[in-house]
Parts: sequence; structure tokens; C-alpha cells
Amino acid sequence: MSRIVVVTSGKGGVGKTTTSAAFATGLAMRGYKTAVIDFDVGLRNLDLIMGCERRVVYDFVNVINNEASLSQALIRDKHVENLHVLPASQTRDKDALTPEGVGRVMDELHELGFDFVVCDSPAGIERGAHMAMYYADDAIVVTNPEVSSVRDSDRILGLLQSKTYRAKQGESVREHLLITRYSPARVAAGEMLGMEDILEILAVPLIGVIPESQSVLQASNSGAPVILDKVSDAGQAYDDFVRRFLGETVPHRFLEVEKKGFFKKLFG
Amino acid sequence: MGWFNYFKQSNPTSAKVAKERLQIVIAHERIDRNGPEYLPQLRRDIMEVIRKYVAITEDQVNVQFEKGSDYDVLELNIALPEREH
Repeated sequence: MSRIVVVTSGKGGVGKTTTSAAFATGLAMRGYKTAVIDFDVGLRNLDLIMGCERRVVYDFVNVINNEASLSQALIRDKHVENLHVLPASQTRDKDALTPEGVGRVMDELHELGFDFVVCDSPAGIERGAHMAMYYADDAIVVTNPEVSSVRDSDRILGLLQSKTYRAKQGESVREHLLITRYSPARVAAGEMLGMEDILEILAVPLIGVIPESQSVLQASNSGAPVILDKVSDAGQAYDDFVRRFLGETVPHRFLEVEKKGFFKKLFG
Repeated sequence: MGWFNYFKQSNPTSAKVAKERLQIVIAHERIDRNGPEYLPQLRRDIMEVIRKYVAITEDQVNVQFEKGSDYDVLELNIALPEREH
């Protein structure tokens, strides 16, 4: 079977779509045939982050309703080979997603030979979020070092452990914690929850820490996933995360405050 | 942060406060989540009954649900206000 990975968080604005785009691109760059699906029906945005917004003809809901075939709706990514985007519908509501319909699309993706299916979950805990996680083998829980995000992540972990197909079969979804928008300087100053604090509270294995970075906004401005920006700190951190997901042992980077010069330390 | 900030580190940092608050709220939510669905309503009902007789606040009522191998245990802890002498 294709390996199905949901990118989820509960809270909005923490970086799910940025992460989904970077993660799927990273997998495809390593030669894995990858599909990334936008589950945010009514508020489609993955297409913009992936830079394929002008090539959307059919969407996920069209495929579920048999108004288009899967291969008609899949958009071939222009940055890397092996990567396809399935956009969300912009006009329907989230009730268009059903477990049967989503399951059928997952089966078809498997038949088409996809190695990975990345499900970009909408915020919240309603239908779209449930459907995004339902068939997942793995979950990337995206968390910001901030109280509401950590609390919502814990809530989502509860849902992953009870409401997914795997949970209902008595199995479990593999959980991975990805901390985004991390600012080592603010952690050092005691203004931001540290990585260890979040790990202690959520008790989920850490798969990556993405530093707060200007390159993320620049990437979304231009419609090229930030992982393609190989000189940026966030791009490199995403690349490390993909490698860890694929089983490599990669030390965490960007966790320490950049060394300041003597004068900056004194007056900075 | 300049060198003059070095001396004023007496109060707990806001990150520390955040961590403590999160640990408490998440512990409560996990109990509700792992227990039966009626637990939050049960807690509210119990509060209401006790309030007819004694003035208590929400944090004085502690309802815990523990899953055992043969049977589950519902533990109810109510701290009454201090006695007046």
C-alpha cells in the first residue's frame, strides 16, 4: 500500500500547508512517487503554496463525486518529478468528504503506484480534519511553541488515538512531532516554550524543529515550497525532517542562538 | 537583551508559567478524554448538588476515572471549605 501521512495540528496558522508542501516535495526529490491532497474544502490554499493555482481544473470533490477521474484532477508539480497535487474544492462544503469516497481515492492512488500520500488537514476538529486523518498510517503533528497550539495538538493526538481507521482496528497511527516557528533566542530569554518543554508535555517523538524564518513567507509569495530554498535555515530544517522520516539519523540543527559579537552582546 | 538585564531574573519566566499552565489543563483534558463520555456532565451535576449545601469552587471537586483490568474506578474527591472555629 501507499504510505498515508496526515499533516495535522488542530490550531490554524501553525504551518500545516507549508509543511505539507515541503514534506511532499522532499519525498518526491528523493525519488518517491508522492501525492499531496488538500483536505481544506472551501478554503483551498495548498495550490497557492505549491505554485499550481492556475492549473487547477478538477478537484478532490469532483473525483469523490465521479465528476472527474483521479488522473484528470491530479496536477503534475512543475518543480520536481514524481509529485502530484490534488487540490481541494473551493466552492463545496466539507460534507462532500465521506470515508467511503476518501477511501476510494486512497485505493486508486495506491493502484497508480504512489509511494506516499500526504494529507494536508484543515484546522479545527470537524469533518475535513477527521477525513484527513482517517486513513493515516503516520501523523505529523505540527506545533508552535505557544500555549494554544500545544493544547490543540494534544487534542488532535487524542483523536488520532481514537477516531482513525487504525485506532478502530486496534492498531495505532505513528505519531511524529514537528515544532515550527521556533525561535532559539526567545527560548533562551525565557519568552518561548522550549523544545524539551513541549516534548515533556505532549510525549510524542520529535521529528524536526523548523526555525522561525523569513524564507517561509518568501517561499509562499513565490509559490515554491521552502524546501527548494536550499540555502535557507527553514529549507534545510525541512530537508533534515524528511530524511528523518525516511529513517536516517540526522542531528537537530538551528536549536541554539546564533553567536553574537561582543558589541552586539553588550548593546544588542 | 543587554548586560543590564543580567541581574533581574528573579520572577519565573513567561515560558515557565506557560509550561505549568499547559501541564495542568492538559492533564485535566486527558482525564475527560480517556474516561466515559458522561464524565464532564457528571462533574457538573455533582458540583450543582454540593453547591446546594456548601459553597465550593470547581477546583475543589476532582473526578478521576481509572481503567483497571477487571473493573474501572470512579474516584471522587471533594475538598470542603475550611471549618470556622
